Amino acid sequence: MATPNRSASRDSPPSGRVIDLQTIHKNYRMGSETIRALNGVDCRIDANEYVAIMGPSGSGKSTLMNIIGCLDRPSAGEYWLDGQNVSKLNDKALARVRNRMIGFVFQTFNLLSKSNALQNVETPLLYGGVGRRERRNRARQALERVGLDDRTFHKPSELSGGQRQRVAVARALVNDPAILLADEPTGNLDSRTGEDIMALFEELYSAGQTIILVTHEPGIAVRAKRHIHLRDGEVTEDYLLENS
Amino acid sequence: MSLLESIRIALNAIRGNALRSALTILMIVIGVGCVIIGAAFGSGTQAAVQEQMSTLGANVLSIYPGQSFGHGRVASSNRVSLTIDDYDALRRDSQFLSAVVPELRSSRQVKFGNKNIHGTITGTTPNYLVVNNRELTHGRMITQSDLAARRRVAVLGYSIPSSFEFAPTSLLGRDISIGRIIFKVVGVFAEVGSGGYGPSVDDAIYIPLTTARFRVFGSDRLGSLSAEVKENIGIDMAMVDIERVLRREHKIRPGDPNDFQIMNRSVFTDMMQSITRTLSTYVIGILAISLLIGAIGILSIMLVSVTERTREIGVRKALGATRGNILTQFIVEAITLGALGGLFGIVLGWLGSEAISSQFGMPLIVEMQTVLIAVAVSVSVGFSAGVWPAYLASKLDPIEALRHD
Repeated sequence: MATPNRSASRDSPPSGRVIDLQTIHKNYRMGSETIRALNGVDCRIDANEYVAIMGPSGSGKSTLMNIIGCLDRPSAGEYWLDGQNVSKLNDKALARVRNRMIGFVFQTFNLLSKSNALQNVETPLLYGGVGRRERRNRARQALERVGLDDRTFHKPSELSGGQRQRVAVARALVNDPAILLADEPTGNLDSRTGEDIMALFEELYSAGQTIILVTHEPGIAVRAKRHIHLRDGEVTEDYLLENS
Repeated sequence: MSLLESIRIALNAIRGNALRSALTILMIVIGVGCVIIGAAFGSGTQAAVQEQMSTLGANVLSIYPGQSFGHGRVASSNRVSLTIDDYDALRRDSQFLSAVVPELRSSRQVKFGNKNIHGTITGTTPNYLVVNNRELTHGRMITQSDLAARRRVAVLGYSIPSSFEFAPTSLLGRDISIGRIIFKVVGVFAEVGSGGYGPSVDDAIYIPLTTARFRVFGSDRLGSLSAEVKENIGIDMAMVDIERVLRREHKIRPGDPNDFQIMNRSVFTDMMQSITRTLSTYVIGILAISLLIGAIGILSIMLVSVTERTREIGVRKALGATRGNILTQFIVEAITLGALGGLFGIVLGWLGSEAISSQFGMPLIVEMQTVLIAVAVSVSVGFSAGVWPAYLASKLDPIEALRHD
């Protein structure tokens, strides 16, 4: 499913730099006060890495996730995503980058409630201008990958929490993104279902998918291969886990 | 993303909120329905008036005895009358009339076999046929020789044979009794119809003027006179001409009012047309008001919808929807609501027109043009109501939208 330069197994050396954050600053104005959410973050993530971004609330990890996910632009610094400087792109170009390069998995699933599983998974392809037949096929394949091929026409309300999150993962994968960006993906699941989702992530990682996990749960973060700790808008720690 | 996809998404969203969507478009449904019925009524009336115009001929004036009180009211009185002398005077002295037709009218018992009906008997002259633009289906019209000999011959209105439960051909040449006097049926008129309004001449029986005067009624008081105006002469001039002749004949002093009334037959059609015009104004008024309310309905629902679906908008943006995609989605949704309202309204209006038409025997015509206008207007109502909410939706910041509960 991955393109050649990202299809390397986790044992082979990284074949390309996917994310290159260069001295990223992000400031917000709150009334007369300026809040420095990110204060010069430098960070590189290669293809087929499995990274957990960690930190207490207010550490700037949500802001960093929004910038990595191209939902937001840095106030200063450059962000290179898969060889493209995306820090100065306009809204429309950013939408296209999100569509092609990023697969989002949210804590609250964020499925479209009126649409069935297949239609949900199809949505990114719809905005990517993929034709109806191909869209159908690729969405079915993505649902198959997450083991939900028997729930194709179920609405989110007819699915369990774990199944909903699987649909969300299928939707994130359907466009073959450079990174899978998951924000507390198990936060709304019981521990056993959460475990299932983490196992699914591991499987995707084994198949060559680059995964960035944003979490404050150490038990979840330990499944990743690299930890980046944030505090007060700065990277305080960045290390590989020994068990990987 | 194609327009078809946008419409599919819109229909999905509308189906997802079926009841609310139905209530939203209800005003447009009712408005368009009313307008279709109103316009159908207008078109039907117009068609009936036009038919009447072609039957009567616009260059024929009617003269009735009595004074006029207000609009078109004729007060019949024994003192004032229109007589056969007036008919002769008009034929002799008028300058601008090509034909004058007297109608000496009364009701009599009409008998054929053992069946009795109460019929309007009209004594008239041969030129009645041409001036009133009538046609015969069977037999002949009254002739000059019938007049001269005061013959007891009768030409029947279209409905008379069926009143006796006889075919027109089998009545021809047979004797009928009119006020106990035996008449021979010589002809049957073609159908005129009432055009939906007023009494019908199809129910009358026509006999020679002289026969009516001397043998049946014994009176020379006319019910009315018809006068055909010469070609290239204005109706107004002809009316002045008639007035001049009749005032002299009736010895009316200058300054005194006429004891007769000249009716331009187009007065009736004018009246119908002015009713139609008034109706059209009301129709446009209803349309404007109901569509305004409909637009406000769609607008408010779309605004609620944007707020309610803020998170959906955020998700769609995260998945790669551009501002344009979101703008299109919401505008298409509003247009679809408007168009659905229009379509259901057309169905309602059409069914309503059919029902009124068959229930009350009024001619209602639903015209294609009205239907197309209704569709176009409801689509543009949807569009104008959708633009602002769609703009607000497209402008939402994806991060804020995703955080919304």
